[in-house]
Amino acid sequence: MNREDFPLLSEDIIYLDNSATSLKPKCVINKMNEYYEKYPANAHRGDYDLSFKVDQEYENTRELVKKFINAKYLEEVVFTSGATESLNMIVNGFFANYLEKDDEVLITTSEHASNVLPWFRLVKKLGIKVKYIPLDDHYYVTLDNVKKMINNKTKVISIAGITNVIGDERPIKEITKLAHDNNIFVVVDGAQMVPHIKVDVKDLDIDFLAFSGHKMCGPTGIGVLYGKKELLEHLEPINLGGGMNESFDNPDEVILKELPTRLEAGTPNIAGVIGLGEAIKYLNNIGLDKIIEQEHKLRKYLIDKLIPIKHIDIINIESDSGIVAFNVDKVFSQDVAYFLNKYNICVRAGNHCAKILKSSVGVTNTVRVSLYFYNTYEEIDNLVMLLSDYEKIVKEMI
Amino acid sequence: MEEETKRAIIMEHYENPLHRVRKDNEDYIKINTNNSSCIDNLDIYIKFNKDIIEDITFEGEACAISISSTSIMINNLINKTKEEALEYIHNFYDMTNGKEYNEELLKEGNAYHDIYKQGNRKNCATLPYRGIEKAILESLK
Repeated sequence: MNREDFPLLSEDIIYLDNSATSLKPKCVINKMNEYYEKYPANAHRGDYDLSFKVDQEYENTRELVKKFINAKYLEEVVFTSGATESLNMIVNGFFANYLEKDDEVLITTSEHASNVLPWFRLVKKLGIKVKYIPLDDHYYVTLDNVKKMINNKTKVISIAGITNVIGDERPIKEITKLAHDNNIFVVVDGAQMVPHIKVDVKDLDIDFLAFSGHKMCGPTGIGVLYGKKELLEHLEPINLGGGMNESFDNPDEVILKELPTRLEAGTPNIAGVIGLGEAIKYLNNIGLDKIIEQEHKLRKYLIDKLIPIKHIDIINIESDSGIVAFNVDKVFSQDVAYFLNKYNICVRAGNHCAKILKSSVGVTNTVRVSLYFYNTYEEIDNLVMLLSDYEKIVKEMI
Repeated sequence: MEEETKRAIIMEHYENPLHRVRKDNEDYIKINTNNSSCIDNLDIYIKFNKDIIEDITFEGEACAISISSTSIMINNLINKTKEEALEYIHNFYDMTNGKEYNEELLKEGNAYHDIYKQGNRKNCATLPYRGIEKAILESLK
């Protein structure tokens, strides 16, 4: 659906790497061009009409994000360069000042590097402990397994809402309830979640949320850090500089601005913010419920066609998103990707930045197909036709 | 070299790679070599006897191009002096960059003659060479 909105889709190409980044609709591209062509001034700076227009557009996106994730206050929406920066700010700006030696952080083995490495640094720096919530047979997180891991040292649960290799959706609301009953903070990596399903931060009651614009039809280099206001107040800015200070006469008299400005030092990615706003409008117009419904239909269609193929080993027969990870018997995942590339099909091969998942799944690398609402049954037919011919794969993979 | 011959050489060395064994003995120097742009990841074990490369083995996960290229490279470098090995390596680089090179010297390495036309696979073919070159240069310091 909506294929006509995406310039790339008029080309002879099948794009199935949407978990890495989604395509951009024309309206988002136009909106960013509009900024560069018609009001390319700085935000929060000038007392002139052009700059005022920039401020309006910039803050309008904050309003759109607030409604999109149902945040309580505008100040809870901070613009960052992406989910990676958001997570690093949460860990280094907030938890580095809060956690103490031997405190425990619960993650899982299927987390993206961005939700692992910042915590590993605190292990080295503060002596905290990172522990892994066990995954069940289908690599899912269950509430029972979370319960088993909680003790009086547990201070944070930091997990993806939906993971990027398996595509499983975590029971965030239930986990958060359990966590808060035990005075544990909940951080959600929403990079693979926010583009696909409705995320209501008030209903889920999560403490922090991180996500990126480029996986949800928006531009690259822009993302969001959401935090409950009372927590963000204690998040120490990692970046200090222009736009975020009130005054700084000497080191003892540095006064910073209010939220969220004090967490957005320097000239922000204005075109990115404005483009993100347009992407949110675009997704709202289609409706997230329709988006996930279409993804589920497409995925089921793909899985049903892959299951009978004997030389294909599907890692995640069950999944809640549009992700299918698999391997072709005795063929390295990258060779499969090169083979498909010869037919203009874009898929990802590798560990998808979830390097510690191999300890749970037992497979280091996979081919990953990730679908979004604009993919079609015909595209899947083309993919399956190629994948079903083992001899052809082996013949043409080099 | 005919296209079919090149293909047959690559597939043979991919399906039945030579010298694919891990070496934990102290005589061997271990070098890890990986591609930042993809997921090929190999450990190469090399044993020098003074100026001579007495043995090389490897292990790891990589694509058909990397695995086969490693197998062929090792076959051609064992028993060479360090200087001869470097000459072989530089000839291989020249070939993969589409430059003039000594075809006779490379033997089965010629199977990758056209790899420079596939930008993203050039790194796969040269991966083991970068590892072994590093090990030789280190040993000469």
